[in-house]
Order: sequence, then C-alpha cells, then structure tokens
Amino acid sequence: MKFSGVLKLLLLFWLGGVILAAFFYAPADRALGEAGRVIIFHIPVAWVTVLAFLVSCVYGVQFLRRRDLGDDLRAAAAAELGLLFAMLATVTGSIFARITWGSFWNWDPRETSIFILLLIYAAYFALRSAVEDEERRGRLSAVYAIVAFVTVPFLVFVVPRVYFSLHPDIITPTGKLEMGARTLQVFLASLGGFTGLFAWMYQLAVRIGERRQQA
Amino acid sequence: MTKYSAWAREAWAVFQKDLLSELRTKYALNAIVMFAIVTLSAVSFAVGQFAVGNDVRAAFLWIVLFFSAMSGLGRVFVKEEDASTVQVLRLAARSSAVYTGKLLFNMVLLFALAAVVVPLFVVLMALDVLDLVFFVGTLGLGIAGLAGAATIIAAIIAKASAKGELFAVLSFPILLPLLITAIGGTRKALDGVAAAGEFQVLLSYLVVMVTVSLMLFDFVWND
Repeated sequence: MKFSGVLKLLLLFWLGGVILAAFFYAPADRALGEAGRVIIFHIPVAWVTVLAFLVSCVYGVQFLRRRDLGDDLRAAAAAELGLLFAMLATVTGSIFARITWGSFWNWDPRETSIFILLLIYAAYFALRSAVEDEERRGRLSAVYAIVAFVTVPFLVFVVPRVYFSLHPDIITPTGKLEMGARTLQVFLASLGGFTGLFAWMYQLAVRIGERRQQA
Repeated sequence: MTKYSAWAREAWAVFQKDLLSELRTKYALNAIVMFAIVTLSAVSFAVGQFAVGNDVRAAFLWIVLFFSAMSGLGRVFVKEEDASTVQVLRLAARSSAVYTGKLLFNMVLLFALAAVVVPLFVVLMALDVLDLVFFVGTLGLGIAGLAGAATIIAAIIAKASAKGELFAVLSFPILLPLLITAIGGTRKALDGVAAAGEFQVLLSYLVVMVTVSLMLFDFVWND
C-alpha cells in the first residue's frame, strides 16, 4: 500500500490548498467570527482519531481471530496515530474554547469524550508496555481496545443528549448541516485531506513495523 | 441435568470459593473498607462547616466509591496467579463460569462496601435524600456497572506485569461514562428530580459491559 510520489505530492498540494482556502476562500462565521475557521481543522482531526480507533479495533478483532502478529502491528500503528490526532483535536478544541467561551477547559461533554479517548489511547500503550510476550500483548491490547470501543458510544451519543453542551450544534434537530456553502466545500476537502494524511502516515508506520519485524 | 444448570453450578462454585477465601483472609475487604473510611473522613473533614451543594456531595460519594473499588477489586484474578491456582481453575470450570463467579464476587464486595459507606456518608454529610427510590436505584446500578467493568480489566492486568498501577490506569477511561452518569443521577435523586435518563444509561452500560466481557473473557483467560 505504498504511497507513490504522485500521490504524496497530490496530498501535499491538497492539504496546502485546504489551509489557504480556510483563511482566504471561506468566509468568517456569522456567529463565531474568525475563530469559526477552526471547524475546518478541528472536526476532521477529531474524525481521524475516531477512525484510527476504529481501525485499531478492527485489526484487534482480526488478531483475536487469526493470531497473525501483522494484525497486531497494524492495530498498534493505528493507535499511535490515533493518539497523535487525539492530542491535536484536544489542543485545537481547547484554543477555540479559550477564544470563544473564555476558558481553556470546561468539562463540556464533547471535551470530556475527547479527553477520555486520549486516556484510552494512553492506557492502551501502558498496557502494551507491561506485557513481554508478543502474542499475549496482542491479545490483551485487542481485548482492551474492544472493551474501550464499546464505552465510547456512551459518551459520544448519550451524554451530550442528556446534558446541555457548550458545543455549537452544527447538526440541527432536523439533521441538516448548518454551514455556509463555501465553508462546507473547504470543510469537506479538509475531511478528505486529513483522512488521506492518516492513510499515508498509517501505511508508513506499518511498513516500518514490518521491516523491524523482519530484522 | 442440562448444560445451563451445570454452568450455573460452576459459576456459583467459583463465587463461593472466592467468598469463602475472602471471608477467611479478609484481604480485599480490609483494603477496600479502610480506604473508604479514610477517604470519607478526608472528604467530611475538608467540607467541615461549609455548606456544600448536592452536586458536590454526589460527586464526593462516587469519588469515595470509585477509588475504593480501584483499591480493592483488582486482585480478584491476580490472587489466582499468585497462588498458582489458574490451571486448576481452568480445568475445574469453563471460562464463562469463571468470569461470572468472579463478577458476582466483585459485585458482592462492592455492595458490601456500599452498605457500610453510604449510610456513613449520609450521616456525616447530613444528606437529605429527597427521592429515595432513584437514589438507591442509581447507586445499585452504578455499583453493578463499576464491578462489571472492573472485573474484565482485573482479568487483563492479571496477565501483565506492574499490575497494581495498571488497574487504575486501564479502568479509569472505561469507567468515566459510568461515573459521570452516576454522579448526575445521584445529584438528581438528592434534589428530588426524576433521574430516568441516567437510569437508562446506567442499565445499558451494565448490560453492555457484562455482555462484552463475557464474549472477550475467553481470549484473556486462555493463553
């Protein structure tokens, strides 16, 4: 799954274009002002961290079924990237919170869930470092990832519905997306760009891991 | 004799064994009760004369329960590893029965703790419980969910090194949704507001955790 030179260049220009467009093409948000541009970066990054978690869990399940250490490697690689993107999501969200609502952290339900995702990733790696045997490490981390995955819907979907959230709700009760046309274009492009970035970094991490395993 | 009753007998036997050995040594019970008393005293002393709202008191109650659980529930599988009885247990009972027996044990342990701590808390903090049904219900479901999540994590750490610290590290992210909901539900019960939403969340958390644990326990237990 090697990224060819052309694909890498495309990714570079795509993301570069997204960054430029976020500041010059998309208009400032009506309610949030210039700070509203963070939506173009913050949400895709948060989406990637959830995607990485999903990938990690899928490969965890595969490992439990096939006991192929390559699956465990892929699960760990996805989790590493997930941790990185989770930190990015937390930081961008925190900066936005400071600008818009005055404080860096408020334990708003969405903030809480990204923090928990961060903790899950950290716990995952703490567990991995505590087990010597490779097969056992793969098994235990896969089980933990699945158990953790199962608790995430509670936070993401249940708690914000039950409790009032500071988070601007762009998905209105009717389910339609409330974003200007230009912002939507850049946002979707950013979503694709960051997913591409994740794909590129992921296959790099997997290839490095495979080389290490062969050595 | 159907296979279901055989499974139930095995699970019950595991539970009884753990209960019996616990009553003899009182290892976990001592740890958990002492920890709870100490934390409770610290909380009560810190609050002192100040008037604290129900939200803060609900949070304190669950802090005491949660950290006591972290100190006492982690050993349920580790003690088998230490006593080298894992192989025998594997032969004597099927894995789902082992899990269920241990789960029951952890629940009983935590409920026993709550039976001591909660009345003390109510007295020390001069709690005025406006909705008793929801208060008890939230506590019950929350504690059951706590034990449910803690048991599978206890099984995982028994196979790792650095067991003590790892238990709290692994459990905390998993248990945060439960804690948040339980604290909210307890607060509502103290205020006399119906906590139906929290009830649903707590119940579904318990069901989901136990189901997932049952499905995955085999992978942890059998090397």
